[in-house]
Amino acid sequence: MMNSSSTRFTLAARVLHWLMAAMILTMLFIGVGMVASVSERHDWLIRIHKPLGISILILAVVRLAVRLRHPPPPLPADLPPLQKLAALASHWLLYTLMFALPLIGWAMLSAGGYPVMLSESLRLPPIFPVSPVAFAVLRHAHAWLAILLFLTFLAHMGAALYHGLIRRDGVLSSMTGIRLRRS
Amino acid sequence: MNEPSVSTPSGKASLTWPGLIGRAAVIGGVLLITVVAFGYVGGWLAPQRLTPARLVNQLQANAGVFPGYRRNHAKGVCVTGYFQSNGQGQPYSDAQVFAPGRTPVVGRFAVPIGDPYGSDSSAPIRSMALRFALANGQQWRTGMNSMPVFPVTTPQAFYDLLKAQQPDPATGKPDMAKVGAFFAAHPETAAFLAWVKTAKPSASFATESYLSLNAFVFVDANGVRHPVRWRMVSEATDAAGDAGKASGTDYLDADLSQRLAQGPLRWHLLVTLANPGDPTNDATKAWPADRRDIDAGTLVLDATQPQESGPCRDINYDPLVLPAGIEASDDPLLPARSAAYATSYLRRTSEEAHLPGTATAHPQPETK
Repeated sequence: MMNSSSTRFTLAARVLHWLMAAMILTMLFIGVGMVASVSERHDWLIRIHKPLGISILILAVVRLAVRLRHPPPPLPADLPPLQKLAALASHWLLYTLMFALPLIGWAMLSAGGYPVMLSESLRLPPIFPVSPVAFAVLRHAHAWLAILLFLTFLAHMGAALYHGLIRRDGVLSSMTGIRLRRS
Repeated sequence: MNEPSVSTPSGKASLTWPGLIGRAAVIGGVLLITVVAFGYVGGWLAPQRLTPARLVNQLQANAGVFPGYRRNHAKGVCVTGYFQSNGQGQPYSDAQVFAPGRTPVVGRFAVPIGDPYGSDSSAPIRSMALRFALANGQQWRTGMNSMPVFPVTTPQAFYDLLKAQQPDPATGKPDMAKVGAFFAAHPETAAFLAWVKTAKPSASFATESYLSLNAFVFVDANGVRHPVRWRMVSEATDAAGDAGKASGTDYLDADLSQRLAQGPLRWHLLVTLANPGDPTNDATKAWPADRRDIDAGTLVLDATQPQESGPCRDINYDPLVLPAGIEASDDPLLPARSAAYATSYLRRTSEEAHLPGTATAHPQPETK
């Protein structure tokens, strides 16, 4: 049964989604690019990576609050249960990683004894005691979870396009906000 | 509100088979392009690109893998002390370390070889790495060498040099024809080669002076930028550090302990200001000797600890960990050093953590 809830995400949710989508995708490319470069790119990408990561963390907090306050529109009633489950699980995984990756990056730099500099002079306090063993574990976790986030993003984008182009069931337009006129 | 359209996938019926395949292909294409772009940027699909991992792999190919140790400058010793600033650097950099006063320092002396058990005489160069812990929580890390110029200008040339020096599996020694061919193809190495021809391994860390080699930029309180290089000039000028006075393979640490038992060791931080036009992107070129030097203060080292247990062990002396008031120059070696040191640090801390897939430490061949 459909209830009377909206078929679209709220404006705040849509703005946050597309802003963060651009930021996170940029962040993933910056991350793999900076660790694979010995050129001046290495340095300037790292200097974008840290403040961008903290911005994503702050926006993730705002977004979670918006999500809890405004539940998303329901999925189509005829969506197979397995796809519904995949949608639910992948969304919570995305939320988890949006929080986990910046926090692990911050903790990793803290454990490595690095000053956590967001700019020339803006420094965050350490959130983890200095420990080379913890640094190694967190640094690897940061990389593997980033790959997991990239794969989850691919699944998410693929599913969104599947809903938009093949099922054409309104799921994609609930986030784009563009509703095609029904013939 | 009307019944929402999400529950009526009425459009599905109108998709023909060719239309369906076309749309599926679009989705597949978008995903494929994204994956390929990611793979290219991440280096997996760009096997020719020089990455930090490939640079460090080459260091390992040349020297072997010694789990838990740095991939270069592996043989070293920790030192601690402080920097006493006299305030003379302050007009050029507003970094807190140049305000009059003391900044604690954790440092490391080393021999630029990959084998932590190698001989102190195996290279005529010594290095000094320092981490200044500023009161405002910022840090200044620097790694300096006791040579007047760096052999090459670019990371790629450094990688090619390492490749040329890789020991031949048959003889265990570098193929001198390959090394010669490298130097012939790289005329920028001439100044280094001229110096190294007469350089002898010092018998003491204390009598050496250590140069930043790379240029940096000091930024003063008004935001004016001053290209600089710096060096730590030893106050100890006795002849005991002369090459040839040393015997055996492990004399540097003993000499250091012996000297520190008699009192702290001192270096002066001399900052050289570039003239307009002096190269900041080429560590093979020394600046003319008449450039103005500022004596910014005194480095005082008063204790030493073994690197296996001392406070320098877990520090990555990344030359791009800089406080506000000091910035990187356009020297291409700086980001490569930063990137390669990070890789070396991750590998040795992973070994310390005994993470799966990392090399395991073998018992030390000698007692320390």
